Parts: sequence; C-alpha cells; structure tokens
Amino acid sequence: MQVTRHAIADGLFTDEAQPRLIGGQDRDSGRIVFPCPPGDRFAPVPLSRTGTLWSWTIQRYRPKSPPYTGPEAFRPWPVAYVELPGEVIVEARLTNVEFDAITIGMPLELTLIPLDPDAAEPVLIHAFQPAGTEA
Amino acid sequence: MSGDVCIVGIGIHPFGRTDGVSGLDQGVNAVRSALADAGLEWPDVQFAYGGSDSAGNPDTMVERLGLTGVQFINVRNGCAAGGSALFSAQMAIKSGEFEIGMAVGFDKHPRGAFNALPSEYNLPEWYGDAGYMITTQFFANKITRYMHEYGISQTSLARVANKAFRNAVHADHAWRREPVDIQTILDAPLVSDPYTKYMFCSPAEGGVALILASEKKARELGKPLIRLKSATMRTRPPGSFEVFAPSIDIGGGKASATRIAAADAFRLAGIGPEDIDVAQLQDTEAGAEIMHMAENGFCTDGDQEAWLAEGRTEIRGALPVNTDGGCLACGEPIGASGLRQVYENVVQLRGDGGGRQVPGNPKTAYTHVYGAPGVSAVTILER
Repeated sequence: MQVTRHAIADGLFTDEAQPRLIGGQDRDSGRIVFPCPPGDRFAPVPLSRTGTLWSWTIQRYRPKSPPYTGPEAFRPWPVAYVELPGEVIVEARLTNVEFDAITIGMPLELTLIPLDPDAAEPVLIHAFQPAGTEA
Repeated sequence: MSGDVCIVGIGIHPFGRTDGVSGLDQGVNAVRSALADAGLEWPDVQFAYGGSDSAGNPDTMVERLGLTGVQFINVRNGCAAGGSALFSAQMAIKSGEFEIGMAVGFDKHPRGAFNALPSEYNLPEWYGDAGYMITTQFFANKITRYMHEYGISQTSLARVANKAFRNAVHADHAWRREPVDIQTILDAPLVSDPYTKYMFCSPAEGGVALILASEKKARELGKPLIRLKSATMRTRPPGSFEVFAPSIDIGGGKASATRIAAADAFRLAGIGPEDIDVAQLQDTEAGAEIMHMAENGFCTDGDQEAWLAEGRTEIRGALPVNTDGGCLACGEPIGASGLRQVYENVVQLRGDGGGRQVPGNPKTAYTHVYGAPGVSAVTILER
C-alpha cells in the first residue's frame, strides 16, 4: 500500500487504510510501551487510533542535523503526549490544529503526515489531529 | 570506617564561555584551585573520579597535573555525571581504602542545544530523524502537564528565572550576571512553550574540583569540617517520565529517580527536608526547579505557587534555592554542573558567600542534579 511504502521506519504503524501505531506488550506484565522494542519479550500490538491530549509543547527551533532529517526550511510544530486509554501515553506530533486551540484533554485521532511536506516522495511520520478533522 | 567523609578543598573555573581554553584545561585550573584551597599537592591525591560529557576523557588530566600513577576513573552519567563522580569518590573513602581523593568535572559544549543521538539512548533511528532527540521538548511537556495538574502559573516560572539572575550578580563564577525583570522574561520569545528563552539554561563551559578526605585527614589539615552526610545516585523507577521518552505508562509521570535518590539521602543523613538550610536544585529550566522542590520533598505539589510569590526560596527566605543562580545563570557544562552545586554549598557553609551569603550561619546544605536518561544524584552536607 502507498502509505507504508514511505513510512519513516518499519513496524511503527500498521498497513491499514486507517493505520494504527504498533506498541509492544510485555509478555509477562502486560505493560504496553511504544514503539515495540526488538526481541522476544514484547509482543507487537496495534494501539487505539484515538486518545486524549496528556501534555504538549511547541518545537520552535529547527533541531540539529544529525540526527534530524527533516527539511531545512523550518516551521514550528507541536510535540505532544497522547493518552491512549487503557494502553499507553505516546509521544507524537500534533497536526491540523491552531497552536492556541491546543488544550489538555482534547480528543485526538491518529493520522500520518509527511516529514517534509515539500518533498516529492516524503517519508511519513505519525501525528495526532483533533478528532473528526476532515481529511 | 569511623567519622564522615569531609570536603577539604574546592576549586572552580568560571562558567560560561572561555574561548581558547579547552574544557580539560578549565578542569585542571579547578583542580589546582582546589588543591591550594586544601593545602595539598597533586601527589597527595590518592584517587580521582572525573566527569566530562563532550570535552574528552578526564583521566588525561594527569598529563597536566603530573604522572603520579594515580587511580583515575572516568564518569559519564548525563547531567548527573558530576554528582555520580562525587558519589563514587566518597565511597572510596568510606570503604577505608583511601584517605584523600578528588571528584572533578568539566565540559565545553558547542553553541546551541545538545545534539544527542538515538543510538546513545537505546532508541530507534527514526526517533532522531523525526526531530524528537531534543531535551527541551521533554522539559516543556513535563512542566505543561505539571502546571495543568497543580495550578502553577507561567509567572511562577518567570519568578524562578528572575531570582536566578539576581542571585548570580553576586557569584563570580556565574555566566549571566545581569538582572532580568519578570515582565522581560515573560515577554521574551518562546523556545518551547511555555518556556521563553530566559527560562532555559544554555549548554556552557566550566570546571569544578572537590578534594575529599577522611575525617581524620581533614582534622590533620585543620580545615573547617564540611561533612558529606550522604551522597546518593539513583536511576529511574517504573512509571517515570524521562528525557527522550517515546511513551509513558498510563498514570505515570509522578515517580522519578529524584524522589528515590532524595529519600535515600535523607535516610542516610538522618535528617529531613525541614532541617535543610540551603539547597541547590537542578534548574536546567525554570520549571525544573519548581518540580524538583516537590520531588526532593521540600514542599507538596502545587505549594510552589505560594512559595515563590512569598519569596521563600530567596537568599533571605526560609529555604534559599540556587544561591549562585543555578544552571539558569551559570549555564550547563554537563560534567561540571553537579559539582558546581556542591561547590556553592561549601561556600555557603563556610560563610564565604559574600553578597549571596545565606544569613544565619547555615549548617546544612542540599544538592540535587538530574540527567538523561533518568538519573538523579543528591548530596547533603553538614557543617
């Protein structure tokens, strides 16, 4: 499928029309983490596509390269932690939201966005947007 | 062993930017000051632990100080490197193996944010590719959640920064020694919301050395006895929220390495937070000082709003915090930062603080340093 061909990494989200993040569940304790660590201890589990905002900030300067591989041109972006109920709180960008509309507790849903929106074949990273946002 | 480990010599190379002087040489400079302060010579030092993150291996100092064959261990433990070096040094004396040793830390970082790499933190490459290997993102997310849960205002963040720059006016070793008023701090450009540029410290340069001795040796040297009642260093517990965390457990974010390191330190020293006269708490950003006040047990979550409004953490307050301006004013050379805090506490306990001296002859002093990827070191000193 077109979507996963350009995923920033394998095993990060599912190959579905409505992709889900893939967490790792500790086979002994049941604890869920993201991303799924390598090895046998954690079993890959698809995570909820929806959650609520746990915390956030705005990245207002271009990260250093390496390790950042995004575009030279910089536009600030929100970095958040999103609580997926009963599962885990995951770090992700926010998208399709005005900075001053971001509030803790707001309902969110997963989407995939290009790391470089201007690239011809951009790699996709995971992000959350306000629930019910038009595609 | 009988008696406490004592700090008998302290030396510091000014923090900030010193063009043309390597990080190592800033460390050597601090060592020479500390030896002079203790009335000792380099060959008297039986062992050393040294911390540096990006200024080379500390053991190479022996090329400058003298090839005495001294046992010299390099320490690399994130921002807690200095605290970890001190922890290790005191254990060597406590064991009875040695009588005089040194903890030293120095660093020299390039301008701009730290550029950590995923492979150094057991993280996948995509995490760095996508722009997540940034400490400021974590600290801003941590304080945003904390402010939401406990009703801390952005004005309180500004009060912490304002205090840091005011205190640093009186600290020769500090980098930023100009007062900045609260409104200027609040109106400055945001770096990572809710933090403006004055609310974050910057990577910097500097060096600190501490000479440690058994109580018996300290008495022979005739120095005022500054006793290291406890030095603890702990890693993160389950459910903590740490630098470079791609995920957090549900209900997490409250447990921390700091809480357990602090509890251990108080237990070992046999005193409580209410007994501390002066404290240096990790303040790589203004909110860190606020959260660390609670994590170290000095107040409950949310009380900081009143503490700051009432000036309780001022030099003349009930619990002076970061009397030399902390990381906000001194900047952060990773290897040296935790030892600067102890240096400042020794100055305070000796009564040598000058314009920043805590009044009333403080007898107990506390330091706390926190580092990636979730380590904390705490010391309690007693005069």
